[in-house]
Amino acid sequence: MAISKCEVEHVAKLARLKFSAEEIEEFTVQLSKILDYVNKLNELDTENVEPTAHIVPIHNVFREDEVKPSMDREKILINASYTENGCFKVPKIIE
Amino acid sequence: MELYSLTIHQLKEFLHKKEVSVLEVTRAYLERIKEVEPQIDALITITEEFALQRAKEADEKIKNGEAKDLTGIPVIIKDNISTEGIRTTCSSKMLENYVPPYNATVVERLLEEGAVILGKSNLDEFAMGSSTENSAFKTTKNPWDLSRVPGGSSGGSAAAVAADEAAFALGSDTGGSIRQPASLCGVVGMKPTYGLVSRYGLVAFASSLDQIGPFTKDVTDCAIVLNTIIGHDPMDSTSLKIDKPDYTSYLKEDIKGLKIGVAKEFFSTGIEKGVKETVQKAIKVFEDLGADIIDISIPYLEYALPAYYIIASAEASSNLARYDGIRYGHIAKNYEDLIDMYMTGRSEGFGKEVKRRIMLGTYALSSGYYDAYYKKALKVRTLIKNDFERAFEKCDVIVGPTSPTVAFKIGERTNDPLAMYLADIYTVSVNIAGLPGISLPCGLSDGLPVGLQVIGKHFDEGRIINVAYAFEQANKFNAKPQAIGGAR
Repeated sequence: MAISKCEVEHVAKLARLKFSAEEIEEFTVQLSKILDYVNKLNELDTENVEPTAHIVPIHNVFREDEVKPSMDREKILINASYTENGCFKVPKIIE
Repeated sequence: MELYSLTIHQLKEFLHKKEVSVLEVTRAYLERIKEVEPQIDALITITEEFALQRAKEADEKIKNGEAKDLTGIPVIIKDNISTEGIRTTCSSKMLENYVPPYNATVVERLLEEGAVILGKSNLDEFAMGSSTENSAFKTTKNPWDLSRVPGGSSGGSAAAVAADEAAFALGSDTGGSIRQPASLCGVVGMKPTYGLVSRYGLVAFASSLDQIGPFTKDVTDCAIVLNTIIGHDPMDSTSLKIDKPDYTSYLKEDIKGLKIGVAKEFFSTGIEKGVKETVQKAIKVFEDLGADIIDISIPYLEYALPAYYIIASAEASSNLARYDGIRYGHIAKNYEDLIDMYMTGRSEGFGKEVKRRIMLGTYALSSGYYDAYYKKALKVRTLIKNDFERAFEKCDVIVGPTSPTVAFKIGERTNDPLAMYLADIYTVSVNIAGLPGISLPCGLSDGLPVGLQVIGKHFDEGRIINVAYAFEQANKFNAKPQAIGGAR
């Protein structure tokens, strides 16, 4: 196995996902298969190759810092399940 | 001849000559949708009221002599492209009730021209998949054979155009999601150069690979739609400032002396005999048209798919981290604390393939594995990009198959993620290198459409259109999908 059950559980935590014991089993097998396939990349010597994160040769795109009208608050809040006084409402995180 | 079977350029002529009104055209399409949709399942949302209202406005425009290319032309939009006031689900439970407060730039451009939006099309959840079977809501059927998939992820858009549910559609292509379904459904689909079309309002999957493009019934229509949707957008910092060409000026039959590259690597892994033979016949057509066929090689092509799955999944895991259920999207009802709220909500909202990719991407970016997976894949990306640059020193365009197979059976690959990933083997390299590519039908194999892929240099869409148009005129694809009584 390219990845262990324990690692899958750790990654799930990092990814903020929750799985049943069966799902962890299933993902361990499937991810191992995918990683075995992906490990094909190790056939290549890339020691002196520069990585390409982005294909287009543009870097920082700047604009003038001007005040412009933005979207209405109500429009932005319309998809939230919980709002109060024109704000998003979140669970209490400080005891 | 039914109104719904016409191309954009044919409809445009009827509309501009006032031989038919936009309202009549719109009603004909809405009727067609009602007729075939129970069989095809291409659409998530049908926007009948909005369409009829837009149709009346378009008729006014035509009456006032303000008609443009797409005025009154019916279109369907992939359901991962934001439409103000119209539900945009990404075929995910996570966004089942999400109604965007703004339009994607491409939608804005279509509406400015007076196009009539008929509905939103089905996709693999968050555009992750090659068959639409990963949709949380429905599996779209291939109009050529209802027991087969339409391809994906833009399978709904491809099937809708093939089944005459719209004159054209928009899709998005991250690893082949426009070209592969276009190939399987026998329509024209183009992925433009990365940066040509604004991604503002496209729900992000893999930001360095995603690009929006059209599905049309022929190459002329592809050029017309491209003219409208391209161009710099200050809302997308990766959209480039380039002069807007008129792509219809490239609709010429002459390709004498043009250098067409053929790479043996595009005819190797898993290609069906029928697909191979049909594409080879297509290459013969180019020869007969006076083009020079040049042998080229993309030695690293076989590494494109594994590199793609690392890069795309890594970007997806970071893009999909935004779904916390607070500002929009599914939220957990029962939870212990904040972290548990995130974990429960995300696990309820996302489907299996999306979770698989988030997991793969998170793993590839996690401490200790970043260099071995993510950075490695980015280095291989450089090698593939260089391969294409070298190839394009010898030729003007590259042709080959779009997909190694014709449409496969529904359910055939759902239990084997790797088998599903192989559907994109001939398309992902184009996204990795940011190149433009088109798929157009070039014949049938076992009664199912085969797509020919034409790949060009960066921003050389004009040349691709020239080559595709010349082929289309020399090798008319008149076959119609029979499964729905195809009236095309």
